[in-house]
Amino acid sequence: MAVLTPVSADAVSAVPSERLHYEELTGWGRTPRSTSRVIQIDSRRGEDLRGHDLARGALTRGLGRAYGDAALNGGGLVLRLDPEGPIELDGTTGVLRAGGGVSFDRIMAEILPRGWFVPVTAGTRAITVGGALACDVHGKNHHVDGSFAHHVVSFELMDVNGEIRTITRESDPVAWAATIGGMGLTGPITAVTFALIPVDTTFMTVDTDRARDLDDLMAAMAEGDDRYRYSVAWIDLLATGSRLGRGVLTRGDHARGDQIDTSKDARGFTPRRLLDVPDHLPRLIGRRRVAAFNEFWFRSAPRSQRDDIQPLSRFFHPLDAVGWWNRLYGPGGFLQYQLLIPFAAETTLVHLVETVARSGAAGMLAVLKRFGEGSGAPLSFPEPGWTLTIDLPARDDSVRTLLRELDEMVLGVGGRHYLAKDAHLSPDSVRRGYPRLGEWRDLRDQVDPQRHWTSDLARRLRLMDPDGSSTQEVSDA
Amino acid sequence: MRDAVGRPQSILVLGGTSEIGRAIVEALDSEQLRCVILACRDVEAGHQAARQFAREGLEVDVVAFDICDVADHGALLDEVTRRHGDLDVVIMAAGVLADSDALREDPVAAAQIATVDFAAPVAALTATAQCLRRQGHGTIVVLSSVAGRRVRARLAVYGAAKAGLDGFAEALSDDLIGSGVDVVIVRPGFVATAMTAGLPPAPFATDAATVAAATAQAIRAHRRVVYVPRILGPVMAAMRFLPAPLWRRIAERG
Repeated sequence: MAVLTPVSADAVSAVPSERLHYEELTGWGRTPRSTSRVIQIDSRRGEDLRGHDLARGALTRGLGRAYGDAALNGGGLVLRLDPEGPIELDGTTGVLRAGGGVSFDRIMAEILPRGWFVPVTAGTRAITVGGALACDVHGKNHHVDGSFAHHVVSFELMDVNGEIRTITRESDPVAWAATIGGMGLTGPITAVTFALIPVDTTFMTVDTDRARDLDDLMAAMAEGDDRYRYSVAWIDLLATGSRLGRGVLTRGDHARGDQIDTSKDARGFTPRRLLDVPDHLPRLIGRRRVAAFNEFWFRSAPRSQRDDIQPLSRFFHPLDAVGWWNRLYGPGGFLQYQLLIPFAAETTLVHLVETVARSGAAGMLAVLKRFGEGSGAPLSFPEPGWTLTIDLPARDDSVRTLLRELDEMVLGVGGRHYLAKDAHLSPDSVRRGYPRLGEWRDLRDQVDPQRHWTSDLARRLRLMDPDGSSTQEVSDA
Repeated sequence: MRDAVGRPQSILVLGGTSEIGRAIVEALDSEQLRCVILACRDVEAGHQAARQFAREGLEVDVVAFDICDVADHGALLDEVTRRHGDLDVVIMAAGVLADSDALREDPVAAAQIATVDFAAPVAALTATAQCLRRQGHGTIVVLSSVAGRRVRARLAVYGAAKAGLDGFAEALSDDLIGSGVDVVIVRPGFVATAMTAGLPPAPFATDAATVAAATAQAIRAHRRVVYVPRILGPVMAAMRFLPAPLWRRIAERG
């Protein structure tokens, strides 16, 4: 196993200290936390890191929306790429090059008035382009358009010397496969070039259907998803018995200009933030409130509605209207559990929903979605199957037992968990969910043989260690 | 690295034969736990104690550790982290209980107790804090005692040493704000263990398993101070304000 090169004390002291600061960081779920040395780097010029203490490695952090410890590197170096990086749009082809630290929010504000939209958007605009590739994010159109990686033409990767290389699938298949879904463990992604999709307006035509139970919901999705570019269902995970898995299915497409009321600005994009949740609140999300909220949500949804015109931000990013919504779970934090169950294992999915409903542990906003084809990268999460996302309050004792049960169900049928959200798996369970982990590790080691890039997630799940090793080989001094 | 629900992967116990220390390990055990390191003065007894943790997937390591060899603490922690990686929880459990009747006429023995219960743990905690600061995360558990909240004549040296250690731990906790490292100070009442065998049980007596469960909960919740049983929090707060003659009467009876 490779060992990190020791850095001499002289070299360490040569780093100008005013650019570095110590910061205690957490994921979006506010659960694991650790302190790192944080430094802002310029994504255009790159940064030679050899003068830094790299005993505990380095990692890039975007907007901190990974729920667990994927964007943490305790005791090590954390790089932040400039959010003001370049956005270069080729107006004829719709190919966009954006700096790794640039947010989807900034990109959308820039491209929507010019008639373009991102090919894939996560549930929030507050993610960076680099993070989107490192997590190979998916959106409501996965069943049709695949994950973010499907639309990427090339990306730029920085090495520890600060040199930046442009990578395409053909030019460097090794770095390509190791970086997509590689959780930032191949180094900073300083820019990504990807293909946009043309849109007529910034509105969506949305069809909404209520489903009285899980079977009803899944049948509707399996039957009708292919008629829509975007599809997602919200499930009430507190409903039991005959209403088990009841939900609201929303599906839609981009609206054409002629579908929009002339009084509306068809190209306008002014998403509003309604409120910011203050810090230091006690936990506001408890079982009774969730139950009341779910009941309200379900009943207020139309039984069946066709061609409703909605602003794009409301359809894709409803939670962005509430700043810091993660604080609603109080200081104890929460974990977001996102699983994938392959098609043909639907009975397990039903059983799983039953188990969660019976436990009464779930928070609001459980989301069900059907995935299409995967990207082929060894650590990329999406594969054909069902993905379910559940918020669980982290401090409830019952959650620990529940996690064990759910993991067993998911892994037992060849399913897996999304690493961008993970904060609870063990080294063994990640190996069961990602049987190609060893292949990824070999590819990754070719990109970064010295193992300079690491994270708390990598250490916790021992992603870099050979399978089945009972003791960790530690490279830090 | 502990996970989102507070389950650690590795635990080091300084004073690894301590009953309360081991009970805390039991309370923190889960499928995430892969490594327990018992650092003990009596390695033989340590191996004996290690048997209770034997299970598949859990490595138990026993290392020689004398809390009084303060110059060696740093090297020991370096060696342990080199072998086992990051330490998620370090339990400072070394200490001895001594009745002050025996110490009243033995200044050398009194100084020894004060060293083992205060000066040496301060060194061990300093080395531990340095080690965890480097990794940017971790929890230090300090086994204090209500005996240090207001010191009784009968437990003068032990109580005073715990008072000192407790004060140091509070200050250390303040110093570690922002470092990613937590300090949990455990203040149990009378705990029925081998250390207290033969002593008359005091009011609000408890046992090691109860102390351990409360400690595990405090670790998960990032709480700084935990009284076991909890009622001792307000009780000891009141005791500190009692006029001396009244305190003497209560302390002598207990």
